[in-house]
Amino acid sequence: MNTASPRGSIAILGTGLAGMGHAGGATEQEIIAQASCMAIERSGLRKSDIDGIITSSLTSPWWVMRMAEYMGIRPRFSDSTMFGGSAFIADLKIAQMAIDAGECENVLICYGSTPRSAPSSSRVNQMRAELDPQPYEHPYKAFNPVSSYSLAAARHMYEYGTTRKQLAEVAVAARKWAQLNPDAFSRKTLTVDEVINSRMISDPLTVLDCCLVTDGAGAIVVSSSQRARSLHDKPIYVLGSGYAHWHRQISCMEDLTATPAVESGRKAFAQAGLAPADVDVVQLYDAFTINPILFLEDLGFCSKGEGGAFIEGGRIEPGGAFPMNTNGGGLSCVHPGMYSIFLVIEAVTQLRAEADLRQVQGAEIALVHGNGGVLSSQATAILSSVL
Amino acid sequence: MTEVDASKMGGRQSASVAACDKRYFDALADGRFEVPQCRECGRFHFFPRVCCPHCGSQAIDWVRASGRAVVYSVTIVRAREGADYTVVLVTLEEGPRLMSRVVDIPVDEVRIGMPVRARIDMVEESPLLVFVAAPGGQE
Repeated sequence: MNTASPRGSIAILGTGLAGMGHAGGATEQEIIAQASCMAIERSGLRKSDIDGIITSSLTSPWWVMRMAEYMGIRPRFSDSTMFGGSAFIADLKIAQMAIDAGECENVLICYGSTPRSAPSSSRVNQMRAELDPQPYEHPYKAFNPVSSYSLAAARHMYEYGTTRKQLAEVAVAARKWAQLNPDAFSRKTLTVDEVINSRMISDPLTVLDCCLVTDGAGAIVVSSSQRARSLHDKPIYVLGSGYAHWHRQISCMEDLTATPAVESGRKAFAQAGLAPADVDVVQLYDAFTINPILFLEDLGFCSKGEGGAFIEGGRIEPGGAFPMNTNGGGLSCVHPGMYSIFLVIEAVTQLRAEADLRQVQGAEIALVHGNGGVLSSQATAILSSVL
Repeated sequence: MTEVDASKMGGRQSASVAACDKRYFDALADGRFEVPQCRECGRFHFFPRVCCPHCGSQAIDWVRASGRAVVYSVTIVRAREGADYTVVLVTLEEGPRLMSRVVDIPVDEVRIGMPVRARIDMVEESPLLVFVAAPGGQE
């Protein structure tokens, strides 16, 4: 595949987290600003150096303007494309295009939300539904997003014999990683039986197959790789990235067992000039336990249908051969509505060897993969501490 | 033809209703399950649109669907209140896939691969396309 964008032309500088778990009364705008200030400071930059901003919101269509106003940024470049939860990985491609084109130098990518401390009112939820009408799904009262992922899980189990136990192992592995991460929200010991026997939400997924609902904000700053080396002693290069979206509603997904990760992953690997075997640590958006199984297949870590067997036997747990979702994931660490910014931050932490108890020794190349909507949008990036 | 109250159509509460949606739900209210077919490429699509998502043509005909379909996937929504119910994706004989519900049999007897047949029910004063088991139907 031809890729127009060069390999590794941008790098991640500082990162910031704020309001993890419970924001204690702060608004989403406040915790995003706190995470952003931290990311800018850790980038060796001042706020006045930020000339690009990318953010998006589940609620406000004016979000990038509101955040820029709040931060006192007059951006030369801004973007707020709504990809759902995959957005902040897709944004790495958008930032690269803007920086490569000379439209801006230092881009702030940020997101946060407070669904735990300040759940949306039923009025806001109804407004969201009205602004994104789905008259051919809505009358059937699917418990979304869970039911849409349940439909995909059920089909995967039917076609490939993926088991309920394999789904549960994804959640158990996430919890074991979370127990090594002081920032993680859920750290109590979890067993396969507890996952399977917890309250069924929408068959075959139980409440423990579903991601958390927590507060949290994350921010990163990206610059050209050339500039990054002069600003930061450990820039993390974005070797390749790609995104794809093929549908919005689950009823329009052509094959429930094959996601657009096939395309986003192919683009990212092609740009990076790498293959799955080159990757040391992966962070895959685990909104539901079926997700990493689908993504491992679609990204080429195993063949289609083998994802369930791939994760078995502790392979993705701490100490396993395939370290995955090392912060505890959306299942056990943090999940404020959209999650992919945290995948990037955890990968950067690993590649800088700053992950303490959960550090994957010698990790040089990380793959981050984000998911949005109901398996609708997918975004992949390959990050490295060396160019 | 029965006019559907647009404000309730498809469970959607909105002043602005797509013309295709009105066409579809008006037919349902009249007892007809019709799906759009492209006059140029001959393929069916669902949900209804003003242009064919396969070839881009705006020449769209509405065709009575056979009502025969196969369950492509199923989930049971475990309601906090009231009875559990299914949400299914079915593949129509004509090709398109749509979301629906299989009714009249216990929820845990709905299986992927099961042949089903369309039926129009009135639910909360709106026509709703549901499916029932069609034993002996094609798999």
